[in-house]
Amino acid sequence: MQLQGKKIIALGERDGVQGSAIAECARSAGAEVVLETTYCFV
Amino acid sequence: MIQTLEQPVIRGVRFFLAHAPGLVRYGSKPSRDLSRDATIAAAIASHLRTYEAAVAYPPNRVFLGHIHPDTLASISPPWFASAAPGTRWGAHGEIMPEEEFYGVLKICDAFDLVRLEASFVEESRAALAVHPLLTPADLERLGTGFPEADIATQCGGSAPALPLYLRHGRRIGCMQAAHADDASLAADVLLENLTCKASAVMAMRTLLAQEQLDPVAIPYVLNSGEEAVGDRYQRGGGNLAKAIAEMCGCQAATGVDIKGFCCGPVHALVVAGSLVSARVFSQVAVVGGCALAKLGMKYRGHLQHDQPILEDVLAAVAILVSADDGYSPRLRLDALGRHTVAAGSSQKAIFEHLVSQPLTRLGLHCTDVDKYATELHNPEVTEPAGSGNVPQLNYRVIAGLAAMHKEIVPAQIPAFVATDGRPGFAPTQGHIASAVPYLGHAVDGLRDGSLQRVMLLAKGSLFLGRMTQLADGMSLLLERNA
Repeated sequence: MQLQGKKIIALGERDGVQGSAIAECARSAGAEVVLETTYCFV
Repeated sequence: MIQTLEQPVIRGVRFFLAHAPGLVRYGSKPSRDLSRDATIAAAIASHLRTYEAAVAYPPNRVFLGHIHPDTLASISPPWFASAAPGTRWGAHGEIMPEEEFYGVLKICDAFDLVRLEASFVEESRAALAVHPLLTPADLERLGTGFPEADIATQCGGSAPALPLYLRHGRRIGCMQAAHADDASLAADVLLENLTCKASAVMAMRTLLAQEQLDPVAIPYVLNSGEEAVGDRYQRGGGNLAKAIAEMCGCQAATGVDIKGFCCGPVHALVVAGSLVSARVFSQVAVVGGCALAKLGMKYRGHLQHDQPILEDVLAAVAILVSADDGYSPRLRLDALGRHTVAAGSSQKAIFEHLVSQPLTRLGLHCTDVDKYATELHNPEVTEPAGSGNVPQLNYRVIAGLAAMHKEIVPAQIPAFVATDGRPGFAPTQGHIASAVPYLGHAVDGLRDGSLQRVMLLAKGSLFLGRMTQLADGMSLLLERNA
């Protein structure tokens, strides 16, 4: 998947992949993270 | 001044469940949905369980020490269909019916904010009179109750009281607000705080009585619950620890609350162990009351699958940390795991900090730990709502870490999850579900020699409060005292 120049919404889960980890990966691939957040489902 | 360190141990642990189907409507999710659409009340009411069903429910039986977690793993789902009869008292605590728990709420109410209807007071008094942990002085605090008309007036007043119901809809009293203009002292907030206090009091009383401990010999109490006690000038600044100590006869105690979302209890155990180790106190009680807001949290998924609403119990824990008795499991304060600010948020980084690093400090491997106790939420509660099997997710990461460190081969991951993990059995009661539900079984196993090492690891969702994007985590290793 090509993320360079794309806008990204990073929705994470505490017990899965957290939002900030997704955002970091997306940024390193050249994407702009417009929202990052993590949810806890318990 | 003595300058040697003491070895802290877990001297005892007990749990408490209150079956509270009548309070499900005041869980955060049901109450928000009901305020938008009152017609769902009927669907909720028709899916509430009887007390007998909650007593027989296998995950509750594991929580209270009737059966071992390994036994639960061998029971075919759905667990709520299990026909095995249960009993109120298990080796680790009791499950109380709602008729009695409302009475305990009144007994724990220091400001006459709970008003119970007169005939209900007498029913509750008769039931509580035979309870081994309640005294005549407690029963006096029930008072004589109020006429139904008075309760109706309170519920329709300018600062409306919250009506209290039983499962089948009978109104038996109300919870009043303490201030007309203070959102922190509104009836719903006070009900949340009072249920937390009352459930923790019952867990602590169970611990004191069954371990034959002198309440006056407890000098310090740490409350690890998540409820925000305070008023409009200091929301959440208050202290439930001393309120709980007061109701348990701990006349020589003071205490403080330790907050950390779900990992509060593990933080509190570390603090308690450190205070004992440093000889500041000879023993410290760690308590955690229930989370009323989480009742019915996943009820929509349960209704969708036409299964009972399983989040109908309030849960509490009480743990005593004391100086080495030569018998009880040791807290390894030299092997704490901490999810630090700089650690990052990837699961690998979190578990390296919580599992690998503390074990490496002791020259141990992941496979040297017999059991890991992490997020132990009951999957039968979470999966119907699409929230997955939380314990299994966590155990797979630990197993993956062991594989990365070449302690096991990837093909052994499922076996590692099955043997070193635990099936989820805890009510989704926030901090109560994180690591500590296994503590009763862990202490039993570490004492009888069936276990040598158990690691407690808990995670806290700090980001929920919107002050940081970070989560937190803490781990603690327990070892057999040989």
